[in-house]
Amino acid sequence: MRDELSRSGKGQAMEEYNFAYLDEQTKRMIRRALLKGMAVPGYQVPFASREMPMPYGWGTGGVQVSAAVMVPEDCFKVIDQGADDTTNAVSIRRFFERTAGVAVTERTGEATVIQTRHRIPEQPLEEGQILVYQVPIPEPLRFLEPSEVETRKMHALEEYGLMHVKLYEDIARHGEISTSYAYPVKVEGRYVMDPSPIPKFDNPKLRMAAIQLFGAGREQRIYALPPWCEVVSLDFEDYPFQASRADHDCDLCGAEGSYLDEVITDDAGGRMFVCSDTDFCAGRRDAGHLGRLGATEDVA
Amino acid sequence: MKDIAVTEPLLRVEGLSKSYGRRIGCENVGFDLWPGEVMGIVGESGSGKTTLLNCLAGHLAPDTGRVLFDTDAGMVDTVTMSEPARRMLGRTDWAFVHQHAQDGLRMNVSAGGNVGERLMAVGARHYRDIREKAVDWLDRVEIAEDRMDDRPTAFSGGMRQRLQIARNLVTGPRLVFMDEPTGGLDVSVQARLLDLLRGLVREMGLSAIIVTHDLAVVRLLADRLMVMKSGQVVETGLTDQVLDDPQHGYTQLLVSSVLQV
Repeated sequence: MRDELSRSGKGQAMEEYNFAYLDEQTKRMIRRALLKGMAVPGYQVPFASREMPMPYGWGTGGVQVSAAVMVPEDCFKVIDQGADDTTNAVSIRRFFERTAGVAVTERTGEATVIQTRHRIPEQPLEEGQILVYQVPIPEPLRFLEPSEVETRKMHALEEYGLMHVKLYEDIARHGEISTSYAYPVKVEGRYVMDPSPIPKFDNPKLRMAAIQLFGAGREQRIYALPPWCEVVSLDFEDYPFQASRADHDCDLCGAEGSYLDEVITDDAGGRMFVCSDTDFCAGRRDAGHLGRLGATEDVA
Repeated sequence: MKDIAVTEPLLRVEGLSKSYGRRIGCENVGFDLWPGEVMGIVGESGSGKTTLLNCLAGHLAPDTGRVLFDTDAGMVDTVTMSEPARRMLGRTDWAFVHQHAQDGLRMNVSAGGNVGERLMAVGARHYRDIREKAVDWLDRVEIAEDRMDDRPTAFSGGMRQRLQIARNLVTGPRLVFMDEPTGGLDVSVQARLLDLLRGLVREMGLSAIIVTHDLAVVRLLADRLMVMKSGQVVETGLTDQVLDDPQHGYTQLLVSSVLQV
């Protein structure tokens, strides 16, 4: 199935819509916001988010950013929690296949634009690639400070003590920093940013060669990280940041350092751990790596 | 006591006025506050006490007048000061105790976190140090250590008010603004809180401006008194002098209307 899908769909765009669904004026507006976001890394740029043909929370922000940066020569990949084959990923991929006629792929290395929900691919991205994040709530201070006026002021004046109050509460209650996703980071020593709900395992990867764009459709905010931008996860001196993952190997491909999903396999306590990045896992199995349950799963 | 040869006041207020449209909040208020001094502002409801306090603390912008504060760079007008600098002052040298503790606390954050917030806001990044300081301060305001991870929602009114005081004093401010710190508490809790406040103020050599309508509070805490009516200061002087020998008609009324038990 992987091979069928690769590099398919080119030149079959629907005639009824403008290239990549959005009209050119809207794309210009979004590109302006993206440029500003790139110029001020981590700063949340307001933009006039459009109504998209999908519900809020399904990636309306990410889709608008993808549409704004997409060119006909692009090769597009969508992942949802690492997987290429979930409903959300499949429908967004098909959306751009039909409205833009771009090539689509499941292979991380081949894609030029990758839209992601809550994961960074295991395979390191390269210069020339763009990673687009879907962001539900862009404001990292929101859960402690409900007032938008106040949080904007706090960003403007660099008053970020409150972010540490959240981490303090974690340690006081759980004995460690229990925030395991949407872990706040400081960008270029200036803005505190929510990296969208990626697992904190992915936080060290935020410093990368590819361009990272974040789109929040409902909240109407865009922010960005230029390549090799300095991104530091917040922590305490005596409770340093730790990227965490399940202490297992992948049961399908045997990978030791990848981020794992726990899958319940029966109602008698049976479970397996598999890579959340399906392309990474399949690639390893194609290369001959086999995990604990790899052989039996292939038959199924 | 600290330095005796003080030549500059800690706070100097000159010609401060604030009106709400055609209604007067407070008009042409001026005074000096010296280091270690506690000043009480009394008056009936609507006399402009709280407006004045909010103008002094930078929560409201006054229409005219200057509020000079003794900073490292000499006497600086906090009204025209940049907002970042004023907010910085608000979490270092200044403290503000609200009448209702829930206005000054984060109700969904534990007591320890509430005390620690000011420390983290000025750059503390060592968890155990922050926690030790929080324990120390909670102890000083008589909140047991085993309650420090409880949220203020689980606290009584008196405890909340004490927590708010600990949260404000943890960074060692030099000037504390208090807006009816004992309002809404029952009499025995009030007495304990006053006792505690008096101890802390004397021990730390704090300067304070206390707004209240309760003459007992100023009698216990304040060195000096300012009586306000309809936005005007009608009488000032040493607390005992004003309360025992009131000159202005309104002050006489105020003093005589206190119920003697």
